[in-house]
Amino acid sequence: MSEHVLPKKLYFAVFLSLIVLTAITTGVAFIDLGPFNTVVALVIAVIKASLVVLFFMHLKYQTGMTRVVIVAALLWLAVLIGITMSDVFTRHWTEHGKAWQRGSVILPDRSTGSTALRLPGRA
Amino acid sequence: MSTVAVEVAPTLPEVHYLNADYGWRSWLFTTDHKRIAWLYLFAITGFFAVGGLMATLMRLNLIEPQGLLMEPASYNKLFTAHGLIMIFFFLAPSIPTVLGNFLIPIMIGARDVAFPKLNLLSWYIFMLAGSTFMFSVIRGGVDTGWTLYTPLSTTYANGHVLSAAVGIFISGFSSILTGLNFMVTIHKMRAPGMTWFRLPLFIWSLYATSVIFILAMPVIAITLALIALERVFHVGIFDPALGGDPILFQHLFWFFGHPEVYILILPSMGVVSELVAAGCRKRVFGYSFVAFSSVAIAAISFMVWGHHMFLTGQSVYAGFVFSALSFAVAIPSAIKVFNWTATMHKASVSYDAPMLYAIGFIGLFTIGGLTGLFLASLGEDVHLHDTYFVVAHFHYVMVGGAIMGYLGGLHLWWPKMTGKLYPEAWARFACLLVFAGFNLTFGPQFILGYLGMPRRYAVYPPEFQVLNVMSSAGASILAIGYFIPLVYFTWSAFKGPIAGPNPWGAKGLEWTIPSPPPTNNFEETPIVEEAYAYGHEEAHVG
Repeated sequence: MSEHVLPKKLYFAVFLSLIVLTAITTGVAFIDLGPFNTVVALVIAVIKASLVVLFFMHLKYQTGMTRVVIVAALLWLAVLIGITMSDVFTRHWTEHGKAWQRGSVILPDRSTGSTALRLPGRA
Repeated sequence: MSTVAVEVAPTLPEVHYLNADYGWRSWLFTTDHKRIAWLYLFAITGFFAVGGLMATLMRLNLIEPQGLLMEPASYNKLFTAHGLIMIFFFLAPSIPTVLGNFLIPIMIGARDVAFPKLNLLSWYIFMLAGSTFMFSVIRGGVDTGWTLYTPLSTTYANGHVLSAAVGIFISGFSSILTGLNFMVTIHKMRAPGMTWFRLPLFIWSLYATSVIFILAMPVIAITLALIALERVFHVGIFDPALGGDPILFQHLFWFFGHPEVYILILPSMGVVSELVAAGCRKRVFGYSFVAFSSVAIAAISFMVWGHHMFLTGQSVYAGFVFSALSFAVAIPSAIKVFNWTATMHKASVSYDAPMLYAIGFIGLFTIGGLTGLFLASLGEDVHLHDTYFVVAHFHYVMVGGAIMGYLGGLHLWWPKMTGKLYPEAWARFACLLVFAGFNLTFGPQFILGYLGMPRRYAVYPPEFQVLNVMSSAGASILAIGYFIPLVYFTWSAFKGPIAGPNPWGAKGLEWTIPSPPPTNNFEETPIVEEAYAYGHEEAHVG
């Protein structure tokens, strides 16, 4: 590991940016952006995480194995999210899924704990 | 130091790691990787006994169609505890923490692991996790099955899910630290000349296992934390009523869970490579293929998790992908099986106990692996999902594979760990008993499952009784087969004949040093020139 001493000013600048971004996250939470609520929150979170990894964890000044590890971790996360999404986005393509929602369903009755079959139209 | 010849006057070294220091402090505060291996050995043998006792009780209950011993509710708690104890507190730590801890530094020519104190900390974390989990079992246990599926483990939970989950959560950190320690050790502490392609295949498989430890364990920890978040603060993650998705739990669980089963089998494959090399006195055929197949299995293991979810509401399109990827795992697995078999071709195969375990592993793992392909097929799985066929399949891999490998490894390296020999005839007898008992236990379960008997039920229709009684009879033979080694190993540790440094005539750095090894392993740093230097008269490990 190379010894890389950074000026204190840089650390404070990064810290300040993290605080500002946290404030923005909190502020945005009060505004309803519809479907973009999550997108905005995640974008800010990714920026913050990148700042921490690049400067506080010195990734910007590392080479070789350390970068391989970080890239591998991101790739692995992409596999987790990507393949899970391949389920979520295609789950309703099949007739099967819709039929399940239309038909009779066995649902436990929360109030009594009974799992008796409840058919549509019958109380 | 030159390679030790087969004929060596069997004397114990005067000072070795076992007698270098006495007293409980020298054990409980030790940072010697060899002593930590013993701490783990005692702990996991205890967990194995508890988990095995639970299995015995379950098989006893299933002798009668209406259940011989217990209420269905107790049965549910029993199979849950059996699964969780065996997976998290016996199989996952078994080979890595006992044989891995003992052998990794010695095999690569180092004096200890990279972080000896962290190594001891891993054991304490493991014990804390085990105690927390056992606390939940004693308070009444959990009845969700080892998979802890939501909403059974959240909305409808009626057991001590939280304390059990906390135990598993903690055990993950122990595994992560062990994995990290092993990876850094293998990267940084290899002796001069010990290049990557001179590493014993056991090291390759533990390296692949460590990668999975580090990547998979955080996912289960986060998933359990999310359950806690939902139960305590009502944040909607898995509960549809709160806006969550119950299938998401299964995705996250199996994204950890499937790599987890490779954590259990990969180290065993590494052990079998060593057993085959030592038993055939030959370099393993296709060394680099066997080495890379470990890495390939580790990589693919993260992309097949959905094959556990074909019938639980997952999209069939995602199912296509998962099915195809699951078939792909068969390739590296088959490479290993074919290469072990090819190694035995035209070799002078010894039929000592370690080699018997290796041969048993190859056969049982092949059956376990091939029946996995049935389950990876989208159509066939509709019939077999959640039946005893699945139970038989994974026990062939986990018990027939992982435990056979663990026991085989214990038999091969026992003389190194203690400096003593065990009674060979008893060892062969126990191995045959395990093999026979195992097949009688789980063979009938394939048929039961195919006939439609579902897993996780305390009662069953009377027509399944004959096969169930066969299975229970097999389990009692298996139990005896596991008990005999416990007896003769204990005897051997105290009264066994002295083994000498290399009772097998095997190659590898661990066989060049005295048995038991000195605390610092090597008097002088070894220089390695060749891996598996069989078939040469002159010394290759100098």
